Amino acid sequence: MRPITYSRAIDTATAIAAVSADPTSDFLAGGTTEIDLLRQNVLHPRRLVDINDLPLTQIEATPEGGLRIGSLARMSEVAAAPVVRERFPMLSQALELGASAQLRHMASMGGNLLQRVRCSYYRDAESPCNKREPGTGCSAIEGFSRGHAVLGTSEHCIATHPSDAAVALMSLDAQVHTLGPDGGERTYAFDDFFLLPVDSPHREHPMEHGELITAIEVPAAPVARHSLYLKIRDRESYEFALVSVAAALSVVDGIIADVRVSLGGVATKPWRARRVEDFLIGAAAQRSNFAQAARVELIDARATSMNAFKVELAQRAIVRALETLTGDGSESPA
Amino acid sequence: MSAQSPAPLTERGQVLEERGPGPVAVTLSVNGVERSLEIEPRVSLLDALREHLDLTGAKKGCDQGTCGACTVWVDGHRVLSCLTLAMTCEGREVTTIEGLAEGDELHAVQQAFIAEDAFQCGYCTPGQIMSAAALLKEGHAGDDAEIKEWMSGNICRCAAYPHIRAAIRAVRDGA
Repeated sequence: MRPITYSRAIDTATAIAAVSADPTSDFLAGGTTEIDLLRQNVLHPRRLVDINDLPLTQIEATPEGGLRIGSLARMSEVAAAPVVRERFPMLSQALELGASAQLRHMASMGGNLLQRVRCSYYRDAESPCNKREPGTGCSAIEGFSRGHAVLGTSEHCIATHPSDAAVALMSLDAQVHTLGPDGGERTYAFDDFFLLPVDSPHREHPMEHGELITAIEVPAAPVARHSLYLKIRDRESYEFALVSVAAALSVVDGIIADVRVSLGGVATKPWRARRVEDFLIGAAAQRSNFAQAARVELIDARATSMNAFKVELAQRAIVRALETLTGDGSESPA
Repeated sequence: MSAQSPAPLTERGQVLEERGPGPVAVTLSVNGVERSLEIEPRVSLLDALREHLDLTGAKKGCDQGTCGACTVWVDGHRVLSCLTLAMTCEGREVTTIEGLAEGDELHAVQQAFIAEDAFQCGYCTPGQIMSAAALLKEGHAGDDAEIKEWMSGNICRCAAYPHIRAAIRAVRDGA
């Protein structure tokens, strides 16, 4: 690991001023990505500003029925919070199906959104990679791509966004609150916070250098009380998703009154399956409709020879998630 | 603040004290004892423990957060010391496998690992025990499926998993 300097910030404005003043500075929160990639020579900050003492750790129920999560709340704390388990079970499930107990104690929610891709070409610090070294090319497209994305890809990058929690938060229409170097508060819709690779895969989010996530806000969503996170992977635990589905469903008299579906493991960003939702609203809650909706969502999928299985797997996962929600709900005619 | 203030100021607050990149004096509280050491800021908690404080219980398996052999507690939470910078632990309490016993009396999980033969080569064992003791405190040892899931961050290449689960069950059941 290259030499670095270390500062510990005790107030947010000072931390932002310190990082924004120097392009070679980074915030340090849980460190589970930052330290790993520093050691592998993928990230090269010269200064780390430790923000773990900042007062951004609260997990609060909002009076309107929503949730506000401080950016430094740990994954384990958010997953365990009664308000999350009760109002947004898909989020607590997504969190607890991610990483390991140790990593969940370390990793912050803000950092979770900003975690870097698991593409082995990005992480080896040597292969051509447009994310790590813009303009050098993408090694994955012609290389080992079994875990890579089939949706939202470009000719410059096919790396999968690795977060589970972000998939649930995408379904929940979360907002990301930040504080900028000019002291201005900004709010991003969740879908706008994650950028598709298009022709600049190194730009993963719209924040400027030194801008800090302060909170994630989840609006009230009664449909989310009946929700789940389905994660399919090569081993049963402590593994990234091949395909995941964050789904919520409300059925009235056999008809779908409300539905939320997002996909993980298959796309270059947490993927809101809007075509699924548009197809299913007002439709009968039955398997044939779930399958047709899933087909429509994956129509534009672009697979490699190694990850073509994800196109089928994603459709089956969507159907299974929705069938599970239909099956255990009392409002549905089985 | 007045212009005469000795501390350099920016518009938005105090300039942060920047330490390093060379060796700096750091004080860590490890197993209830204040320890002073000189380390570069890039030094991990794992290397600080093993190379500077002669606490070699926590093991370096992968050094990239995938094996769990380096598991210790920081402020009572199990974490990976390989992905933790030592300096981030100033002002926090670090507990390692060396601090688990009460004097000559082994922690219940340590005793159970011996009684249940919960290791073979032993390399992952300190991490397994620190993780298992935390798991029991967290209340995630309800049944074998839950133990498996919540111990999945600790890999055992000898595959002593059934005996590790037996040790955890024994402590859970007060056997």
